[in-house]
Amino acid sequence: MAAPPVLRVVEHQAYVFKSFWRGTLFAYVLNPLLYLGALGFGLGALITQNQGEVDGLPYVEFVAPGLMAAAAMMAAAGDSLWPIMAGTKWLRVFHAMVATPIAPRDVYTGTVIWTSLRAGMGAIVFLAVAAALGAIPSIWGVVAIPSAALTAAAFAAVLSAYAATQETDLRFTVIMRLGIMPLFLLSGTFFPISQLPDGLQALAWLSPLWHGVELCRASTTGTLALVDIVHVAVLAGVVLCGWLWGTRTFAAKLAP
Amino acid sequence: MQRDAMIDATGLTKQFADFTAVDHISVRVERGESFGFLGPNGAGKTSTMRMIGCISERDNGHLTVLGMEPANQGAAIRARLGVIPQEDTLDLELTVADNIVIYGRYFGLDRAQIKQRADELLEFVQLADRRDDRVDVLSGGMRRRLMIARALVNQPELILLDEPTTGLDPQARHLVWERLYRLKRDGATLVLTTHYMDEAEQLCDRLVIMDEGRIVAEGSPRSLIDQHSTRDVVELRFADEHAQQLAVSLLETVGQRREVLADRVLIYSNDGDADVERLSAVGIHPESLLVRRSTLEDVFLKLTGRSLDE
Ligand SMILES: Nc1ncnc2c1ncn2[C@@H]1O[C@H](COP(=O)(O)OP(=O)(O)O)[C@@H](O)[C@H]1O
Ligand SMILES: [Mg+2]
Repeated sequence: MAAPPVLRVVEHQAYVFKSFWRGTLFAYVLNPLLYLGALGFGLGALITQNQGEVDGLPYVEFVAPGLMAAAAMMAAAGDSLWPIMAGTKWLRVFHAMVATPIAPRDVYTGTVIWTSLRAGMGAIVFLAVAAALGAIPSIWGVVAIPSAALTAAAFAAVLSAYAATQETDLRFTVIMRLGIMPLFLLSGTFFPISQLPDGLQALAWLSPLWHGVELCRASTTGTLALVDIVHVAVLAGVVLCGWLWGTRTFAAKLAP
Repeated sequence: MQRDAMIDATGLTKQFADFTAVDHISVRVERGESFGFLGPNGAGKTSTMRMIGCISERDNGHLTVLGMEPANQGAAIRARLGVIPQEDTLDLELTVADNIVIYGRYFGLDRAQIKQRADELLEFVQLADRRDDRVDVLSGGMRRRLMIARALVNQPELILLDEPTTGLDPQARHLVWERLYRLKRDGATLVLTTHYMDEAEQLCDRLVIMDEGRIVAEGSPRSLIDQHSTRDVVELRFADEHAQQLAVSLLETVGQRREVLADRVLIYSNDGDADVERLSAVGIHPESLLVRRSTLEDVFLKLTGRSLDE
């Protein structure tokens, strides 16, 4: 029995990745080192001097899972806008796929799965670096890997669906600046959302990244509880909505 | 009677919003045939090919491909097609051979088997020496040949080529034609679209001429010319518009039929040389003069009043 079409799309992405992954490894390691070094230890030292802990945690332990989830979101956003435009318009490799037994919805689903897997790989490296730096107090930290991948899936599902509706990449930069960056800053990544003004705090609950950060933080600090299933449900809900949209936008784009 | 039709379409229609791109066309392609859609830009050729290739859905009419119904057996049909779309869809960052391997995987073919077949296919399209080069360094003609090789990886029963040589220089075109001719000679069923009348004449056993979503004529290249044009065409060019106008008024009795274009006058004639002799008799002295055989271009001009590359 041959692999289902979705997996052949994932295989294509992995095949392309195989040709350039060595070049990305350095950035995968450097990124957490820089962020954890500057924020976790640099800024963290200041915070410890002045106030002590954040939410009962040394700052580096607080910020590491936040950065991990945020990195997954960033990776997903980067892989879901321009690369989708390349597949539909610039290089048109998605058009090659739909001329074979692969259907547009397989192309969509396969690329979202691949983007999530790749963000998951990034999360593994991040977790290893953070653990080596002493920022991961609990063995439950490994659960942060699928949590980060799920966070990535939520963003990949929605942003890929959107990217397929566009004829040019003009709006992608706007999305990064006005959508992704504010989420990055205000989703409990660097400080608890309880610090936000009341209105913004409610908005933070709507941020998929916040749910991802909460999941990752509960994992790395070993405080996972049954109520965290809510975060999984919200992220899965976003993935589902993205999927319902993306299967349509990919069909409209690839099979008009 | 219905046996062996590779493509059977009646009243096939494609609509984009309220614009009708393909308007109730009917075609039938038999196994082993080389069939063409000839028409200018915007005629609806690509839209037709995408319906036949089970990529886009029809809005009206009947269609079977390889005896199956695209609406519910699209994947099964596509598994047996070789599709070369109008624009290249190669993975530029992968090597030539890897492009074939990954494409074969889309069909779920066994990796080792594809690799072996890739070598044969690259041999066939004369790219064996480029197998380990990245695609982004290849010329347009080489990429086109790779597109063809790649589309053959699943040993398709029906090969669909949308404008196989558009944008290529003459030498690259001839290389592609030669490979397609080989496929045709070996019994493949080819369906191609083109707006080059020489391509249609060279490669098609039978073709339809399309214009504005409709089929305006059907037949072999020879029969279309016999039916819709004269044997010869005399092309006259004049020094200026005024001289051309003057000549046209004197030409009424020369040849079977005349077409006045912006930059020249065409005389459709059953005996070009005889009519050239008559020109000076009626007092016409063109700046330049050419006698040639009728082509599909002339058929198109007669049927639509426009030229193919307009
Ligand atoms: N996806 C689409 N949406 C809207 N109009 C389209 C679409 N694809 C093609 N058309 C229109 O349909 C007509 C036929 O196009 P096409 O089939 O590409 O013709 P050809 O291949 O003969 O040049 C053109 O006028 C084109 O603009
Ligand atoms: Mg076209």
